[in-house]
Amino acid sequence: MLAILDYKAGNQTSVRRALDHLGIENRITADPDQLSAADGIIFPGVGAAGQAMDELSSGGLDEVLKSLIWQEKPLLGICVGCQILLDYCEENDTRTLAVIPGECRLFNPAWLEEDGTPIRVPHMGWNRVDLKQDCALFRDIPAEAEFYFVHSYHPAPRTEFVIGETSYGQRFCSVHGRTGLWAVQFHPEKSGTPGLRLLQNFHAYCLEARHAQ
Amino acid sequence: MLSKRIIPCLDVRNGKLTKGVKFQGNVDIGDPVETARMYYEQGADEIVFYDITASSEGRGIFLDVVERVASQIFIPFSVGGGINTLADMRAVLCAGAEKVSVNSGAVKNPDIISQGAAAFGSQCVVLGMDVKRVAKSETIPSGFEVVIHGGRKYTGMDALDWAKTGEALGAGEICLNSIDADGTKDGYDLELTRRVTKSVRIPVIASGGAGNPQHMADAFTQGKASAALIASIVHYGEYTIRQLKEHITGQGVRMRMVW
Repeated sequence: MLAILDYKAGNQTSVRRALDHLGIENRITADPDQLSAADGIIFPGVGAAGQAMDELSSGGLDEVLKSLIWQEKPLLGICVGCQILLDYCEENDTRTLAVIPGECRLFNPAWLEEDGTPIRVPHMGWNRVDLKQDCALFRDIPAEAEFYFVHSYHPAPRTEFVIGETSYGQRFCSVHGRTGLWAVQFHPEKSGTPGLRLLQNFHAYCLEARHAQ
Repeated sequence: MLSKRIIPCLDVRNGKLTKGVKFQGNVDIGDPVETARMYYEQGADEIVFYDITASSEGRGIFLDVVERVASQIFIPFSVGGGINTLADMRAVLCAGAEKVSVNSGAVKNPDIISQGAAAFGSQCVVLGMDVKRVAKSETIPSGFEVVIHGGRKYTGMDALDWAKTGEALGAGEICLNSIDADGTKDGYDLELTRRVTKSVRIPVIASGGAGNPQHMADAFTQGKASAALIASIVHYGEYTIRQLKEHITGQGVRMRMVW
């Protein structure tokens, strides 16, 4: 069973619909026991980092989440859920969870697209991910696959945590983390077949990790 | 680099897919959920549903359509038509839409844009604009006027001003429909598209007039649109979305080709 973290700043239902479609048992929950019992956790997020952190910390979910991460519970952060795994986000000058070293910065609107026009912010639409490291999430996903992004701030983790990069005016980190703790800036639940495949790969990893224990 | 997007637009009336020309006379042409799934499988980058039902009973049927779509297609989709209040927005977003499009509701009450952006984020709020060419005047210096009620009512607002106002209020995207070009299949109004894309920094979807893939390529390369809305060109099976994309990428435009 995958747990989808329930807090006000998440888009839990679209993640749930994608998992249901894939036949992956899932539960939207904020209950520490259920989170702990799950094979893995999906940590969705929309809106602003500051608001998301407030929602998490007001219910004590930030500490629950951190302790599960230290116990190596597999976790996939999506969009704002990807950003707030870092130390700090420029949005609302927010101290975030600090489980992956790095910060999250506003796109510089002076950056130029390949055709010479300034980038439009938010970065909204379909774009590619170039992998810098092997990543189990991307198993059987073609390199030309594109994913759906919508965000104004981009992750900038310490180099060794950069897993994938995307080009928008300049290259930015769109996938970061380490094995079992992954964060994707795009929305796999809205990225067609490649996105669904990524969710399946995460689930497969979670089951393997459970059996290895 | 971002790919340019192709967005089929489905007009829905009483739960059925329908198509009209210049907003006169509609014929039902299929099931919106099945059609949406077909376009999803063909490589549509996004889908727009426009509710042209007037009755509240029809509204319930429409929300049911939105929910069924959300459980079957896994790309973003937006919903427009009859969105006048925050409660209207919340209903379609909760039913599973990514974005909500406000049109005449925003003309009557521009605050709905800022309220929607504050409540759900700018990325959720699309400003839909219907525009007609008129004589240039003091109030309409660009010669492009915003119209509502399918073009039957003039608002006295200049389209370029309204686009900038919408952006300032927090709209995350503009869907720019030329009433003159709509249904003609003679191509998008490229001048209108270019002038609006130059006036704002948010993405602009060109709409109205697509008759062949070259029209769409022109909207991207000449109009600088981020996305192209299409309807009859695919609804009647003239082209598949893959065929459109193959032609457009042949013009050097980057598109998503693996899905």
